[in-house]
Amino acid sequence: MSATETTETTGTTAKSKPRRRPRVTDENGRRMPVWEIVLRYGLLLAVLALMIGPFLWQLSTSLKGPHENIFSSPPKFLPSDPTFHNYERVADTIPVWDYAFNSLKVAAANVVTNCVGATLAGYALARLRYRGRKAATIVFILAMLVPVEGIIIAQFTTMRELGLNNTLIGVLLPGCVSALNVLLMRNAFLNVPYEIEEAAFVDGANVWQRFLRIALPAVKGTLAVVAIFAFMGAWDDFLWPLIVLSDPDRFTLTIGLNYLHGTFANDERLVAAGTVIAVLPLIVLFACLQRYFFRGVGEGAVKG
Amino acid sequence: MKSPTATKAASSDISTAGPAPKGLRPDGRGGRRIRRQLPTSPWLFAAPGLVIVAVFILYPFLSTLNNAFTDKRTLIPGEYVGLANFRELLHDDMFWIGLRNSTLYVLVVVPALVLLPLLLAMLVQKHIPGITFFRSAFYTPVVASIVVVGLIWVWMLDERGLVNAVLEAVGVGKVGFLSDQWLLLFSAMAVTVWKGLGYYMIIYLAALANVPRELHEAAAVDGAGAVRRFFSVTVPAVRSTMVLVGALSSVAAFKVFSEVYLMAGPTGGPAGEDTTLVMLVQRVGTGLTGRVGYASAISVVVFVVTVALMLLVLRADRKEDA
Repeated sequence: MSATETTETTGTTAKSKPRRRPRVTDENGRRMPVWEIVLRYGLLLAVLALMIGPFLWQLSTSLKGPHENIFSSPPKFLPSDPTFHNYERVADTIPVWDYAFNSLKVAAANVVTNCVGATLAGYALARLRYRGRKAATIVFILAMLVPVEGIIIAQFTTMRELGLNNTLIGVLLPGCVSALNVLLMRNAFLNVPYEIEEAAFVDGANVWQRFLRIALPAVKGTLAVVAIFAFMGAWDDFLWPLIVLSDPDRFTLTIGLNYLHGTFANDERLVAAGTVIAVLPLIVLFACLQRYFFRGVGEGAVKG
Repeated sequence: MKSPTATKAASSDISTAGPAPKGLRPDGRGGRRIRRQLPTSPWLFAAPGLVIVAVFILYPFLSTLNNAFTDKRTLIPGEYVGLANFRELLHDDMFWIGLRNSTLYVLVVVPALVLLPLLLAMLVQKHIPGITFFRSAFYTPVVASIVVVGLIWVWMLDERGLVNAVLEAVGVGKVGFLSDQWLLLFSAMAVTVWKGLGYYMIIYLAALANVPRELHEAAAVDGAGAVRRFFSVTVPAVRSTMVLVGALSSVAAFKVFSEVYLMAGPTGGPAGEDTTLVMLVQRVGTGLTGRVGYASAISVVVFVVTVALMLLVLRADRKEDA
């Protein structure tokens, strides 16, 4: 990020009026003309409405009571008498909290398995020497290139042979150590200076000690990115759970929502409440972790 | 689409990352010393990942290739039938509809996702007050799961939904976004673009940060206007990123499933006319009577086209360099 943030010319004397006014400057420290500021914020607000508006409209729909016309023309953005009634009704219609809990279990497990599995394998690929390391690396690269959408039927067959169809374990397993995450961790470990580990080695640390005490703390940033992607990937996944889960009692939230939408398509308030339940945890998580998030995504892009 | 194409983007950097270093240290000395210390632990480290990837990714991939030449069904092992599945594909209207829709998806979505996020990135590039908020807000659709996004837009584009209410209020009248075959497909494309904007915006932001400021200044001194500077400074500077975005978005667009499935329904809209190839794989290959062999043959077509798309985009990149 360029060094010049919003430079606020806070005149220490605070006497001369024009100097006190906060100035919006470009990267070179030059003042941005007023028309450009207005244009920029105008465009930003227009895009904001386009990107956030649909979420707010959904939230608004979910809060509208049974007697309020949700099809009114012109549309009414604020519920006249906001109520959480629809959220109770959604829970009466489908076991939405069970579904959310199922999603949470899968997502949490996915975070743990990906963090542990990808870190161990990434360390082995980056730092350990043994015959077959190159082959192991190629296996992960090939696996990353396989389009998941194309192999779902065979994954489904494999899962049935293992007797894990229609279970949350079955939902979890195929992605529980993703090849992409392994390679991300490998790259992170490769960037850790070798000398630190060598020093630990000289001091008599064995491989597990070096891994846990030296290498792991150095790659926390990438680990956070892996954790976030693992959580979002599992929480959002649709196609695979749709194929592997058949029993409505075991649905995850995304499949449950699709079921709700298919069965109660006419009640938009219900569907809206369901989607809000599904999206809110993610938005909160994202809001809390957005700094790591952007850093991670940005890093990935720069390397490409 | 598993996770918001995010994983796919990051993926490319690994494949293009340099060759694996030979040892722990460039000179290999440290490596040899440490190797002596190691028992079998390297394999213990790699084992969990290797097992999962081998059993649930590589084995299914190979069995997909194998099944494509069999008449395997859900509960029937099936026998080799040679190219029969592929011959059948040639006469299957549904397959051609799926291929047409998936191809159309690429043709419409990719140009939009190469250009629009770049413009958006330029809009949020300057560090003006509140810009972090705008960046995060524009990223929200990426974070929201595709099912939520799909259902939100189904409601927005419903005959009695917000978009039609607005259109009616301004005198345009109602538009059957979700009932007309083509409008439905284009609506799904619009949703794909809407959801992808923020993600590719971040990729472009990182690329824009690397554009030397002097280039812009020099061009401005030479009297180039904003449009001219965009085409002669910005675009050449982020060209490799545009190729990356083109490759990622074309592969993702060809494999589209969720948006169309949610908006058109499991059967793919009126008379199945909005079915995409992956929807067809899902529909044909699952259930008690699922034709695993035939679905695998469609999957093979998906593999071949996605690989071809990647090569095409990368080749276009190389040509321009020459």
